[in-house]
Amino acid sequence: MTRERLTPARLGPSDVLRTGAAGLRTRPARVLLSALGIAIGIATMIAVLGISSSSREQLMRQLDRLGTNLLTIAPGQTMFGEQAKLPVEALGMVRRIGPVRTASATGLVDTTIRRTDRIPKAVTGGIAVQAATSDLLATLEGKVVKGAWLNAATEARPAVVLGATAAQRLGIGRIGVQVWMGERWFTVVGILGPMPLAPEIERSALVGFPAAEKYLGFDGHPTTIYERSAEEAVEAVRAVLPRTVNPENPEEVTVSRPSDALAARAAAAGAFTNLLLGLGAVALLVGGVGVANTMVISVLERRKEIGLRRSLGATRGQVRLQFLAESLLLSALGGVAGAVLGGLATVGYALSRGWPPVVPAWAFAGAVGATLVIGTLAGLYPAMRAARLSPTVALAAT
Amino acid sequence: MSAPLPEQPYVVELREVTKVYRGGVRALRGVDLLVERGELVAIAGPSGSGKSTLLHLIGTLDRPTTGTVRIAGYDVAGLPDRELSALRARHLGFVFQQFHLAPGMSALDNVADGLLYTGTPLRTRRERAAAALERVGLGHRLGHRPHQMSGGEQQRVAVARAVAGDPPLLLADEPTGNLDSAAGAEVLGVLRDLHAAGTTIAVITHDPEIAEWCPRQVRVRDGRVVADPGAGAGRRPPGPNPKALEARAGVPGPAGRVPAREATGGAR
Ligand SMILES: Nc1ncnc2c1ncn2[C@@H]1O[C@H](COP(=O)(O)OP(=O)(O)O)[C@@H](O)[C@H]1O
Ligand SMILES: [Mg+2]
Repeated sequence: MTRERLTPARLGPSDVLRTGAAGLRTRPARVLLSALGIAIGIATMIAVLGISSSSREQLMRQLDRLGTNLLTIAPGQTMFGEQAKLPVEALGMVRRIGPVRTASATGLVDTTIRRTDRIPKAVTGGIAVQAATSDLLATLEGKVVKGAWLNAATEARPAVVLGATAAQRLGIGRIGVQVWMGERWFTVVGILGPMPLAPEIERSALVGFPAAEKYLGFDGHPTTIYERSAEEAVEAVRAVLPRTVNPENPEEVTVSRPSDALAARAAAAGAFTNLLLGLGAVALLVGGVGVANTMVISVLERRKEIGLRRSLGATRGQVRLQFLAESLLLSALGGVAGAVLGGLATVGYALSRGWPPVVPAWAFAGAVGATLVIGTLAGLYPAMRAARLSPTVALAAT
Repeated sequence: MSAPLPEQPYVVELREVTKVYRGGVRALRGVDLLVERGELVAIAGPSGSGKSTLLHLIGTLDRPTTGTVRIAGYDVAGLPDRELSALRARHLGFVFQQFHLAPGMSALDNVADGLLYTGTPLRTRRERAAAALERVGLGHRLGHRPHQMSGGEQQRVAVARAVAGDPPLLLADEPTGNLDSAAGAEVLGVLRDLHAAGTTIAVITHDPEIAEWCPRQVRVRDGRVVADPGAGAGRRPPGPNPKALEARAGVPGPAGRVPAREATGGAR
C-alpha cells in the first residue's frame, strides 16, 4: 500500500458553477421569485441612470446643433427703475463689432393679433406682436414649416409670419389666412418651426420693420437683438456689447446667452434622479435579503446533500464555495435580468421621446459590481453554516 | 500526518475505540476491529448497538473520543479536516440506507458526481460513471432520473456512485433497509460481484439473514464487539443469497457457502 500525501483536489471553475447551478435547477419557482427583487432593483437603477443620461445626451446634442455662440441683447432698467430702451441705431452698432457674423433685431409692437375683429382686444392668447428684421431667421438658424419667411417685398406689406406656438394658439395651420392686427387685416404668409434657443419667437407674430412702422405705429426701437459670432470670440463680444449698444448708459443693457439655459437644464437632469436611485438601492437591498433568506432555507433543506458531498470527499471549503456560487448565480441571474429590463425601459422611453437612448457603461459595471457584492454578502452566512455542519449530523438530518 | 507503516495489510484498524456523544451516550465502549484488504464483512447487531457510529468512525466522518482509528494506513487523529476529505475522496465509498440521489439529475450525472472531489476531469468522470453503472447492471439506465427507477435500481446507482472511483474500501449502512427482498437481492448481488473483483466491503445490517450471507460477521452489542471470526475470514466468497431474497430475485449465488466462525469476545 503506497501512501501519498493527502491533498484535496481543487474544483475547477466550471465544476464550481455546475454544483452552484445544480441547487437552482431543481427549484425554478423559488429561484425566479428570489431573483426578482434583485432584478427590480437593478432595473430601476439602470433605467433611472439610462433615462437621465438619454435626456442629457439629447440636450447636449441639441446644444451642439444649435451652437453656443448666440447672444441676446435686451434693454434693462434705467436707474429710476423704468424700462429702458435700446437706441434705434443699436443693431447697426452690433453689426460693426469685428467678430460678429450676423445680427438681427425684433421690436415689441404695442398691439394684438386676433382671428377676427369681433374678438375683444384683451384676448391676446399670450402672443406678442413683434417687428423683425429680415435676416432674423438666418441668425436664429430657424426653419419655416409653411409658406415663407419675410422678404424685401413682404416686410413692407401687411404680412405676418407666426411662431410655432402662436400659430397653434390661434388655431392656424396654413398660410393665406387673414388675421386682425391693430386696426386692419394682415395675411399669414409663413409659419415657423420650433426655436429651442428663442422660445419667445415661438410665441410671436412677426411682421417686417417697415410694415410695423407703417401700419402698427411701431417706434423703431429694437427690444431684442440676436447676435452670433465666432465661438471663441463670444466672451470678448459679450464684454463690449453693452458699451457698443448704448455708449451713454451701458448699464441699461442686459446680455444673455440662451444656450446657458439649456446647459443648465442638462446639468439639472441629474439632480432629481438621486431620489429614484435611492429607491432602486432599497429594492436592491430587499432583493439581497430575499436571496439570503432563500440561501438559508436552501442550506437547511439540503443538509443531507451536504452530508453526502462530505462523504464523497468535499472539504468544508468546497461546500462553502458551492453555496457561495449558488448565491452569486442567483443574484447574477437577477442582475442580468434587471440590466436587460432597465436597458429596454431606457430604450423604450427614450425612443418614445425622440431621444438618443444612452445607458452609461459605468451603470452596467455598477450593476455587475452590486450583484456580486450582494450575492457574496447574502451567501456568506448560509455558506459558512453549510460548511460548519458535521457530516454525520448532516446525513442524519430529516 | 501519521507516518504510515510500510506494507500495512489492514484497510481498517480500530484499537480500543470509544465514542461518547454529547449528552453522555456511550455509543462505543472499546472496539477493536481489523479488516484486511479484500474482505466482505458484515457488522451486525440490534438497533442502537452502535453500528452506524462504528461506520462513521471507519468512514472518517466522525472522530473517536479515545482510541486509534487507522484507515488505509492513515491515522485519522493526526489528519486535519481537509486531509480527511481527501482520504474519503480517494479511499472510501459510501452507500447509505437512503439513496441520496439528486432528483433532477440523470443516473449518469449522479454517479459522475461521485468523482467530483477526486480531481478527475468531467469527461473522464462520465466515462467512469458509465462503466460503473454497467458494472451494477444499469448500463441501459444511464439517462434515467431517480424517480423513473425502482428502489433497487436507485440503490444500485448509489452503489455505482460509491465505487466509480475504485475505492479500496466500500462502506454500506443498511443498504437494503429501504428495499423489498427482491430489490435487496439485486443490491447484494452487486456487492458480491464487487467483492469478487477485490473491493473490501463492510456492510452494516440488523438483518441476520444478510449477516449470515457474509463470510465474516462482526457482532456488535451495546457498543462492544461480541463476536468476530477475526481478520481475513471475510476474504472467502459469500454464500448464496439469503433464501428469502433468492427465491424472489432469481439472482444466482456461487455455491459453497462457508459458515462464519464464531469467536467469543472481541477478536484481537
Ligand atoms: N449524534 C448522536 N448524538 C447522540 N447520541 C447518538 C448520536 N448518534 C447515535 N447516538 C446514540 O448512540 C447509540 C448508537 O447509535 P447508532 O450507532 O446509530 O446505532 P445503530 O446504527 O446500531 O442503530 C444509540 O443509543 C443512539 O441513540
Ligand atoms: Mg444505524
